[in-house]
Amino acid sequence: MDAIVQYFVDAWNALPPLLQYLTVVTTKILVVTVGVILCVAFSTYFERKVIGHMQGRIGPNRVGPLGLGQPFADVIKLLIKEIVVPTASNRFLFVIAPLLTLIPALATWAVMPLHPGFTIADINAGLLYVLALTSMGVYGVILAGWATNSKYAFLGAMRSAAQIVAYEIAMGFALVGVLMAGGSLNLGDIVAKQAGGFSQWFLLPLFPLFIVYWISGVAETNRAPFDVAEGESEIVAGFHVEYSGVAFALFFLAEYANMVLISGLTAIFFLGGWASPFEGWTFLDGTFLAFLAAPNFLWLFAKIAFFMYSFFWFRATFPRYRYDQIMRLGWKVFIPVTIVWIAVEGVLAWLKIGPWAA
Amino acid sequence: MSRVISTIKTFALWELLRGLGVTLRNFFRKPVTIHYPEEKTPQSHRFRGLHALRRYPNGEERCIACKLCEAVCPALAITIESDVSEDGTRRTTRYDIDLFKCIYCGFCEEACPVDAIVETRIHEYHFEKPGENIMTKDKLLAVGDRYDAMISADKAADAPYR
Repeated sequence: MDAIVQYFVDAWNALPPLLQYLTVVTTKILVVTVGVILCVAFSTYFERKVIGHMQGRIGPNRVGPLGLGQPFADVIKLLIKEIVVPTASNRFLFVIAPLLTLIPALATWAVMPLHPGFTIADINAGLLYVLALTSMGVYGVILAGWATNSKYAFLGAMRSAAQIVAYEIAMGFALVGVLMAGGSLNLGDIVAKQAGGFSQWFLLPLFPLFIVYWISGVAETNRAPFDVAEGESEIVAGFHVEYSGVAFALFFLAEYANMVLISGLTAIFFLGGWASPFEGWTFLDGTFLAFLAAPNFLWLFAKIAFFMYSFFWFRATFPRYRYDQIMRLGWKVFIPVTIVWIAVEGVLAWLKIGPWAA
Repeated sequence: MSRVISTIKTFALWELLRGLGVTLRNFFRKPVTIHYPEEKTPQSHRFRGLHALRRYPNGEERCIACKLCEAVCPALAITIESDVSEDGTRRTTRYDIDLFKCIYCGFCEEACPVDAIVETRIHEYHFEKPGENIMTKDKLLAVGDRYDAMISADKAADAPYR
């Protein structure tokens, strides 16, 4: 047994350093990507379950125990369907558009601090990277709408683009507040700054920004109640109206990957990421509950799960906004609120209250 | 003053939170779904489903080819031809019900003086080929023979109300 282990250790040490490094990074990327995709698959299942229960139904329960096989059945169904490419469409852009929406949603996970000390790429400008990549997603939507060469798809793309651009600004301003509180663009540092229990989270001093960021996040992912981009009654399905099979599956995947991403970012910026809310509760030490106080990946997962649940909750509760109301909310409410709160934050920092106490 | 209160309520997302409260309450309520193939809703003994022709306990057909059902049928779904049988009685030679035309009103059952044609509570049946929608005399009698116990029980349960 030891000989076998020793053999592998020797083989590993014999590898050139570059190859070792590549192997480690690739493994990390694989683990995170597969994890995210599994989250996405099961969030489609939980969405149907949660909304079903809110409507007095039970949701999918036929495929496998409790219907847990449903995501895989859906994926297999979509994989074996034909991809229809409309004659008048721009073939190249039509095919590449779903990838352009999915790739940024997955690539953003590179800078996410998932566990104390675990980040694929621990870069200093992490926040800027996140802002840049979440804005990239809109290209896929616009290209899909344009390349399809259908007026419904084009209208959906226009709506979606205007909406995403509008809410991007409010989101950016909300992140300025986080930046002021965290004192760093590195997501790991922002999380570390929030260590020390619930009272240290940015949720409390930045509460209005949290609300603005979260609602903008919902609008950004084109989810209910801001899903005018695919308003069924007016423009069928919006930008992905002509997509079928795997191409449609990629859009679907991208939408849910974006939801998980926004949930993760909100958890990291305002709820302390992997930090535990019970940190510093010394009376837990030595008891079997001691693990609750330790920072852990599971805390981040629990927070993401809560926000994902909220996504489904909103969808089951709110009727769709009218388009001009969406624009009014974005430009005339959220942007002023964030600017006012950044000013308030400046005063708080000057008086050394909250995260600036030290 | 009321303007101030309404502004505060707007910024506190008061109405939205109340809406979320409604959905959350329903989330924890037991779903009302009935798992159909495994569970079924209760059914009345008067349920009007698939038709059947009945026999007397000695095996003799009840139907006397009076054609009252054919006459009363509002959808013209019943076709009857009759003749004198070997034992000298009046019997049907053909008794067809087109289930695509039938509206399951139950008038045939009401019109029948000898309780020959009945609608059973069977409602889970299907046709696989064109033409199977015509219930011939043989098929109707077979249904009657097979579900005789159920039909008799349903008729007995309904008898006090007639």
